[in-house]
Amino acid sequence: MRAVPRAHPLWLAYILHRLSGLGLALFLPAHFWVLSQAMTNPARLDAFLELTGMPLVKLAETGLVFLLAVHFFGGLRLMALEWLPWSAPQKSLAAAATAGAFLVSTLFLMRAI
Amino acid sequence: MTEETTIKVRVQRGTADDTPRFDRFEVPAHDSQTVLDVVSWIQQHADPGLTYRFACRVGMCGSCAMMVNGVPRWTCRTHVRKVLGDAAEIEIRPLRNLPVIKDLAADLDPFFDKWVAAEGRHHPTRTRHDPIAPVDPGSAERAQASAGIECINCAVCYAACDTVTGNPDYLGPAALQRAWTLFNDAKEADRDAILDAVTGPGGCTSCHSMGSCTAYCPNDLDPMSAIAGLKRAAARRYFRKAG
Ligand code: SF4
Ligand code: SF4
Ligand code: FES
Repeated sequence: MRAVPRAHPLWLAYILHRLSGLGLALFLPAHFWVLSQAMTNPARLDAFLELTGMPLVKLAETGLVFLLAVHFFGGLRLMALEWLPWSAPQKSLAAAATAGAFLVSTLFLMRAI
Repeated sequence: MTEETTIKVRVQRGTADDTPRFDRFEVPAHDSQTVLDVVSWIQQHADPGLTYRFACRVGMCGSCAMMVNGVPRWTCRTHVRKVLGDAAEIEIRPLRNLPVIKDLAADLDPFFDKWVAAEGRHHPTRTRHDPIAPVDPGSAERAQASAGIECINCAVCYAACDTVTGNPDYLGPAALQRAWTLFNDAKEADRDAILDAVTGPGGCTSCHSMGSCTAYCPNDLDPMSAIAGLKRAAARRYFRKAG
């Protein structure tokens, strides 16, 4: 038996969209907490921002941008798929969405390093 | 062709009250053998108590659908060669997302109840005493209606849909596609009743557009796009009312 018996491109796009949304939802509280330090504890914020120079943190940021891009393009894909009465190009749209997400996150990675 | 002489098969057994168990069989291999041939061989030569369903054996009636290695299929139109691939054995189970009656026979009552719940029945514009209304085969609406008309209620799409798994109230791809077909029918008198039926909880807005229905429909129908059509029609009606 295959591990995921009913996997197909649109289904994978759907799973990726959900997982990226979940990842972003988990990240957001931490993000807001760090931002809030600008008002409550600027010294700690500065110390934290130092960390962002570390390669590991850079890598994690790339992951975040990837999640954001995947989710963004996933949403665009869904709107196109449901609001534009197309049928055949849906698969290519899903592929283009993932490709676009990869492109944006790779660009970000290259800029970061 | 490799000279395989037997096929290993795992078949789910038991009724709704049992925890499902699997029986293993070795079935003689033949050329052009379908999964339904395999199931029939087991019932005829190994275990007469095996319960399953079929009728036409040519992909017309929709009664033979089962889960074959995790994928819903018409077993009469699925060659063993196609599903065996690299797998060592074939696993055959009753259709997913439906209660089991016994062994490989799933209970399709919930599936058909949802056709009714989705207003998948015709509301006539005329009586039998009136002349027959003309239908323009070239109109855009007719094209939409015709796209889904070959559905044979096999519930393959229903078994493929993960939204049905997660939400037992979800009407499912076949019922919603039927609603969209009628919605576009020139002879349909009550489009509002259809939209009312498909916009409640478990209606078209529950669909996540994952497309498993479209990917697995053995008739190459596209319930996902039909449901997207219902979503657009429902949104249009909503804004018209609100505006
Ligand atoms: S597109 Fe909608 S109906 Fe089809 S499998 Fe996905 S959730 Fe189910
Ligand atoms: S839409 Fe296709 S898979 Fe679904 S019930 Fe109809 S024929 Fe079967
Ligand atoms: S037996 Fe009729 S569709 Fe398979």
